Amino acid sequence: MTGVQIEIQVIAALVAVSCAIPGVFLVLRKMAMISDAISHAILPGIVIGFLLTGSLNSPFLIILAAITGVVTVALVELLNKTKLVKEDAAIGLVFPMMFSIGVILISKNAGNIHIDTDTVLLGELAFAPFNRLQIAGVDLGPQGAWVMGIIFLLNLVFVVVFFKELKLSTFDAGLAASLGFFPGMVHYALMGIVSITTVGAFDSVGAILVVALMIGPAATAYLITDNLKLMLIYAAAIGIVSAVAGYWTANLLDVSIAGSMATMVGVLFLAVYLFAPAKGLWSIHRRRERQKSEFAQMTLVMHINNHSGMHDDIEERKINHLKRHFLWDDAFIAKVVTRALSAGLLTEKEGVLSLTGKGKRFIEASDALFTSKYHPGFEALRKEFVIFTDG
Amino acid sequence: MEIYQFFIDLFSDYTTRIIGAGTALLGIVSGILGVFATLKKQSLLGDAVAHSALPGIAIAFLITGTKDPLLFFIGAALSGWLATAWILSITKNTRIKNDTALGLVLSVFFGFGLVLLTFIQKLPNANQSGLETFLFGQAATLLFKDVVTMGAVGLMALVLVLIFWKEFKLLTFDRQFAETLGFNTRLLDVLLTTLIVLAIVLGLQTVGVVLMSAMLIAPAVAARQWTDKLGKMVLLAASFGAFSGLAGTAVSSSGSNISTGPTIILFSVLTVAVSFLFAPKRGVVARYFITRSNRRKLKLNKALSEMYDIYRNHENIHHRHATAILKALPGFGSHTLTVLQEKGLVDVDDQKQWCLTEKGINTAKHIQRSGGERS
Repeated sequence: MTGVQIEIQVIAALVAVSCAIPGVFLVLRKMAMISDAISHAILPGIVIGFLLTGSLNSPFLIILAAITGVVTVALVELLNKTKLVKEDAAIGLVFPMMFSIGVILISKNAGNIHIDTDTVLLGELAFAPFNRLQIAGVDLGPQGAWVMGIIFLLNLVFVVVFFKELKLSTFDAGLAASLGFFPGMVHYALMGIVSITTVGAFDSVGAILVVALMIGPAATAYLITDNLKLMLIYAAAIGIVSAVAGYWTANLLDVSIAGSMATMVGVLFLAVYLFAPAKGLWSIHRRRERQKSEFAQMTLVMHINNHSGMHDDIEERKINHLKRHFLWDDAFIAKVVTRALSAGLLTEKEGVLSLTGKGKRFIEASDALFTSKYHPGFEALRKEFVIFTDG
Repeated sequence: MEIYQFFIDLFSDYTTRIIGAGTALLGIVSGILGVFATLKKQSLLGDAVAHSALPGIAIAFLITGTKDPLLFFIGAALSGWLATAWILSITKNTRIKNDTALGLVLSVFFGFGLVLLTFIQKLPNANQSGLETFLFGQAATLLFKDVVTMGAVGLMALVLVLIFWKEFKLLTFDRQFAETLGFNTRLLDVLLTTLIVLAIVLGLQTVGVVLMSAMLIAPAVAARQWTDKLGKMVLLAASFGAFSGLAGTAVSSSGSNISTGPTIILFSVLTVAVSFLFAPKRGVVARYFITRSNRRKLKLNKALSEMYDIYRNHENIHHRHATAILKALPGFGSHTLTVLQEKGLVDVDDQKQWCLTEKGINTAKHIQRSGGERS
């Protein structure tokens, strides 16, 4: 690994973590598309800032562009307040307008501006290490790393200091307001953070990757945990992994670094989406299958119970009859019967099913579980009959 | 004079004619389908599909090695459609909300598209120049065959919308009702979404990935302000779309060095702004006047009711009171009595003493009976 490669990865990791922090709150607040809007809408701010300062990395430009981002959010909210448009339509109107103004500003000043829309949208991480920060002739490392490092610290301090406020206003804005916190102020502070992070990151990774790194890791973490703190940590870790893996893939194939990182974000999300414990597609499918067969077993045992004892009816208890009664297919009947037999709930003799002693208790337990929300022997019953299982 | 200049160009300059025809056509198609997208609250789907089309375009080029607009169009539509399906599946199967699913899929597909584009650029035989125009859109590169493709796809979309008009209407406004009537809502959903995807993909080359969402939303949102009828809304949206396309082309081709796509978008945002301000009933200006007149009416009712309360406490309901006493009542302004008199609700004698007329008494009774502040 060369120094340049290490520097690129450090910048990428800083961007990933800085994006993951506000990203978690955007995802939880159902405002993910705001990051897309801001990342495009800051273009006029960047252009004007560049025209005024002549540099893409000046703090003044970052602040100006961040203000543009907050103005965009305010505009979207103003439109919402008129109730003439739905929120998503308001977002979809405002950011193309801002972006158009930016593009026109660029083309009007083509002579004295050397940023093009590609740079803003796509970024070029590979060049980031060549833009050095030098003070009094001493090389202090890449400028991008310093910018992102400061933004990372800002985000970290923001989330640590205002964790309680952020958490409360995210999950229960009404309660936050009634307790005297200002959810509106928290909201705009968060928007400011999103804007600053986006502006700081666009130069190295481009607007689209900012969106990927804000939303992707947070969405992935959201599928793994229910705990806000863990979600923040997971999102940051997933962001770093995507960034580093994306960089090496891009290196190997000689393709766009930003694009490759975004692809990695997608790959990680897809893996979790399919295989997350409890919330992944695979475990959802497994759970449904299991609940289906648990329920079928219960139905079968109850059916046998209904036709035993006082209302004894051999005909109804024949395995051959089940198909007509339940309209299940043969394979499923075989599966359910085998399951109930091996659980010791039923016995079979010459094609006729009968209830065992355990089966009787199972019926009583099921009745108890159905009729009351809580039953003293609830957990024991669950364990004994392996039914109504969680997870 | 730019519009005038444009019409001269329209008949003399071939390129402008092609671009004008293309952008107007695009405005019409995206305007019509945008109506359904916004009414179904899928406005931002346009943004997601536009970004997600990129890998499809790149793969179409990788497989065929040609730059046939129709092939690009098919590739873009397929990958846009795949993205839509994934977004819908994420929101259906997990607790992730629609906005997160949109942002995630959009950025990941776009990122993957970038990877493919940079990969193509490194290929030895690549005559890939021109692929990038899909990113930011370049109306100036529109060719006659592009316009023909647009026209054909647009016409097909139009015919389908007309054929399934009743079904789409039902699906958009009352999905459950459509289901109970026995319509196959899933199939209709797929069809409508596919048409929306087609409209978006159609515009990529002209206005580009970023601006396409406004192309879809703006005409529909503007049209929504003027009418409550779906048919009228579709016609209006199509006209707004066509106007934005033509006006944008006119201004940008007038030699002032402005790219066409952004100019078109600014014009369509302008139609939205004008509609928001000046549309009858829903517009900001109209609502201001409606609110003002309601407020005045309420104030007048309040004043009349207060006056009635005073007079009721006297034995003779026609007992007269001086101006000064009445003016002290809540709800009385400097003109209140004059306005009430004009309406024939109060009567004044030579000594400036006021009383309620029969009509005034009846109106006041009615106001108090119906809850005071209504009527």
